[in-house]
Amino acid sequence: MSPTAADFEHATCPIPIADYPHVLLAHGGGGRLSQMLVERMFGAAFSNPALDERHDGAVLDLPQGRVALTTDAFVISPLFFPGGDIGSLAVHGTVNDLAMCGARPAALTAAFVIEEGLPMDDLWRIVRSMAAAARGAGVPIVAGDTKVVDRGKGDGVFITTTGVGVVPAGVHVSPRLARPGDRVLLSGAIAQHGVAILSVREGLRFETEVRTDSAALNGMVAAMLDVGGDRVHVLRDPTRGGVSSALNEIAQAARVGIHIDESAIAIAEPVRGACEILGLDPLYVANEGKCIAIVAPEAANAVLAAMRAHPAGAEAAIVGGVREGPAGKVFMRSRIGGERVVDMLSGEQLPRIC
Amino acid sequence: MCLGVPGRVTTIEENALGMTMGTVDFGGIRKEVCLAYVPEVKVGDFVIVHVGFAISRVDEAEAAKVFDLLREMGELAELDIPQPE
Amino acid sequence: MKFVDEYRGEAETKQLVAALRVRVTRPWTLMEICGGQTHTLIKFGIDRMLPEGIELVHGPGCPVCVTPLEQIDRAVEIARRPGVIFTSFGDMLRVPGSRTDLLSVKAGGGDVRIVYSPLDAVKLARANPARQVVFFAVGFETTAPANAMAVHQAAHLGLENFSILCSHVLVPPAMEALLSAEDNRVQAFLAAGHVCTVMGYHEYPAIAARYRVPIVVTGFEPIDLLQGILMAVTQLEEGRAEVENQYTRSVTFRGNEPAQRLLAEVFEVCDRAWRGIGGIPRSGWRLRAKYAGFDAESRFDVSGTTAPESPLCIAGQILRGLKKPHECSAFGVQCTPEKPLGAPMVSTEGACAAYYQYGRRG
Repeated sequence: MSPTAADFEHATCPIPIADYPHVLLAHGGGGRLSQMLVERMFGAAFSNPALDERHDGAVLDLPQGRVALTTDAFVISPLFFPGGDIGSLAVHGTVNDLAMCGARPAALTAAFVIEEGLPMDDLWRIVRSMAAAARGAGVPIVAGDTKVVDRGKGDGVFITTTGVGVVPAGVHVSPRLARPGDRVLLSGAIAQHGVAILSVREGLRFETEVRTDSAALNGMVAAMLDVGGDRVHVLRDPTRGGVSSALNEIAQAARVGIHIDESAIAIAEPVRGACEILGLDPLYVANEGKCIAIVAPEAANAVLAAMRAHPAGAEAAIVGGVREGPAGKVFMRSRIGGERVVDMLSGEQLPRIC
Repeated sequence: MCLGVPGRVTTIEENALGMTMGTVDFGGIRKEVCLAYVPEVKVGDFVIVHVGFAISRVDEAEAAKVFDLLREMGELAELDIPQPE
Repeated sequence: MKFVDEYRGEAETKQLVAALRVRVTRPWTLMEICGGQTHTLIKFGIDRMLPEGIELVHGPGCPVCVTPLEQIDRAVEIARRPGVIFTSFGDMLRVPGSRTDLLSVKAGGGDVRIVYSPLDAVKLARANPARQVVFFAVGFETTAPANAMAVHQAAHLGLENFSILCSHVLVPPAMEALLSAEDNRVQAFLAAGHVCTVMGYHEYPAIAARYRVPIVVTGFEPIDLLQGILMAVTQLEEGRAEVENQYTRSVTFRGNEPAQRLLAEVFEVCDRAWRGIGGIPRSGWRLRAKYAGFDAESRFDVSGTTAPESPLCIAGQILRGLKKPHECSAFGVQCTPEKPLGAPMVSTEGACAAYYQYGRRG
C-alpha cells in the first residue's frame, strides 16, 4: 500500500531526530544506518512499484518508441530558496530536459552525495519536496543511491538525477531544425529563478520575496506537441545563461538568425526592479520553469493557445522569428526601436555598480 | 560609474547607530537604503539609489519638463519642419 | 518602473533623432565620460541611430577600468592573507592584475565576497570580530559618499577589523587632462549625471571657458542621452561653449551638500595614477590623517609592484577616445571577455567589453 501525498505533507522526519540529528558517514556506509535511511526516508517518500522491489536497478515497461535519456547534477547553494529547494529543482530540471526532447517522461533516478553533518531535518525537507515534485509531474523516482562524504568535502548535498522517457511517433524536435520563417515562442516571464537565488545570497538580500519559477513543464509540452506535432521544431528550457544562451545555441546549431522583440518578452516588475538595481541583464538570468518553442508559422497560434491553456504557460507569447541570417546570431529590437546583438555571455554575470 | 536607479521611499527610520535608513521600492522589489544624504526626503518621494545609498531626491517637476520640451518640439515640427522618417 | 520606463520610449526616441538630423550641419566629436552612459548607448543601439557626422567617443568613465594595476595587485595580495575577508563590488572581480585576478584568488580558497553596498562590508566586520574585513573602495565621486559613510561608521563603532583599499578617482581633472592633450579630438562633453548629482556642476564653467567646449550634464536613460547629445550639438552648431544641465531631475548646480560635507571630512585630494592614462595630479581621494587607520594599504603593508601591461593592450588610447575598441589589433582575437588583456574588456562598463558584447566588431 503506497502512501499518498497527504501522508507526507506534514509528516515529521521518519528518522528519529533525537538519535540522529545530523547525517553521519555511516548513513552512506551500506550497513544498518544506510538501510534505515533508504527504507524509512527515501523508500517511504518516493514509494512506487518499481522502487518498492528494492532491486539494484529498476525494471520498467516502457511504451514503444524512441527512448530519451538525460542526466543532470544539482549543486545549488543555498539548498533552500523562495518557492523551492535543490530537491524540487532536480526533479523539475530533469523532467523538463526530457520534455525538451519531445519525450514523455517515464521515470527518474536520484543519487545523493551528502556532506557529513547535514541536519537530518534538512534532508527530510528535501526528500519530501522531491516526492511532491515527482508526484506533481506524474513521474516516479524508481532508483537511487546514497553516499556520505567527509565534512568539508561537499556543500550540504549534491543531487544527480537521470531521467528516461519515450518520444511519441510524429514528434521530431532538435535545435538543428529551426528554419527561416519559424516563430519563436516563450512560455512566460523571465529571470525569475536567478533573481530568487540572488535574493537569498548574502550581501544581495532584498526585503521582498521573489519566488523561483521552478516547475515541471511536461504537461504543457505534451499539449503543445498534441496540437503542433512535427511542426514544433525546437524546444529548449532557458536555464543557466538565460534566454540568450538558449537562443544563441539554437541559432548556431541551425545556422540561422534569430530575431526577438524586447517589448514582447514578459518580465515581472519586481524581477525587473531587482535586475535594474544589480545591473543585471534579464536575458542572461536563469529560468527554471520556462520553455522556448520554435514552431512552423502555420502552427504557431495553435501551439501558443495550447501553452496559454496550461498554468505553466499563462503568459506565453510569440517573441520573435527565425531568419536566414546573419547565421548563428541573435538580435533584439530594443524598446526604443534600436537593434542590438544578444551575444553569448562569457563567464558568470556579476552584479555591477557602474 | 554609476548605476543609479530611481525608487520610491516607503519607510524612514533611524537605525541603532543614529543613521537614517529607509526601505525603497523598485517596481515591487524592496531594499534597505541609507537616506543620510537626502535629509529632506519624505515617504512617497522618489530617490536615486547607488550602492545602497540615496544620492538625490528626484525632482518630479523637473522630470516632467523633459516631456514638455519634447511636446513643444513636436508642435514646432508639425508647424514648419518636415520630419524625416 | 517610474522614472525609468518613460525615458525608454520609442516615439520620443524617434523625435529626438529626427531633431538631431535637422540640427547637424557639420561633423562633431562628442565624448561621454561615464561607463553607464557608454553601456546604454551601445546596448540600445543609440550610437547607430545618430546621424552621420556625430561621433561619440568613450572616455575613461569606468572606475574599474582605470584602477591602476598596482592597486589590483595589492587587492590580490591582501585577499590571499589568511583570516582576511576581502569584499568588493562585483565589477572588480575579473579585472586582471599583473598575474591574476580576485576571482582566481576566490577559486584558490581566498575569502572574497561580492557586496552590494559598502555598509554590507561594515556589517561583515561587526559579525566577524576575529577576521580582518577589507573593502575595495573603488569609484568616482558617485560612489565616494557611500565609501566615506562606511569609514565614518566604522570609526564611530570603534571597529579595529575594518579597512578600505582606496582607489577613488575624480572626473574634472581627467576631463582637463584629456582636453589639454595635444591629440585631443573631443569638441563637447556629456558630463556624468550621477557624479554631478553628488558634486554639482559648479566646477565645469571654468573648464568650458578654458577649453571652449560645451559641457552638458546628462542622465543615463536613452531619452536623457539623446537629449544631452541634442543640447551639445546645438551649442556646437551655434558656436557656444557653455555648461547646461539635462539631468535636472537629479542634478543641481551645487550638488548634494550633505554628501560633500562627509567627503571633505573623510577624504582629501591626492595625485592618482589612471590605468592606461598615467598619473593625473590631484585627481584622486585618499583618507585623511584622522582616518588613516582605516587604510588597508598601511595596515597590510602591501608594497605593490610596477608591472608592465600587455604590449598589445591599447587601453590608454581607448580610454582617451583616440581609438575605438574594434580598431585594436587584439580586439576579439587575443583579447576577449574570456581572456581579457586589459581592464576595458573585463569590466562590463568598459568600452571594449560593451563593443564586444553588443557585436560592434568593426
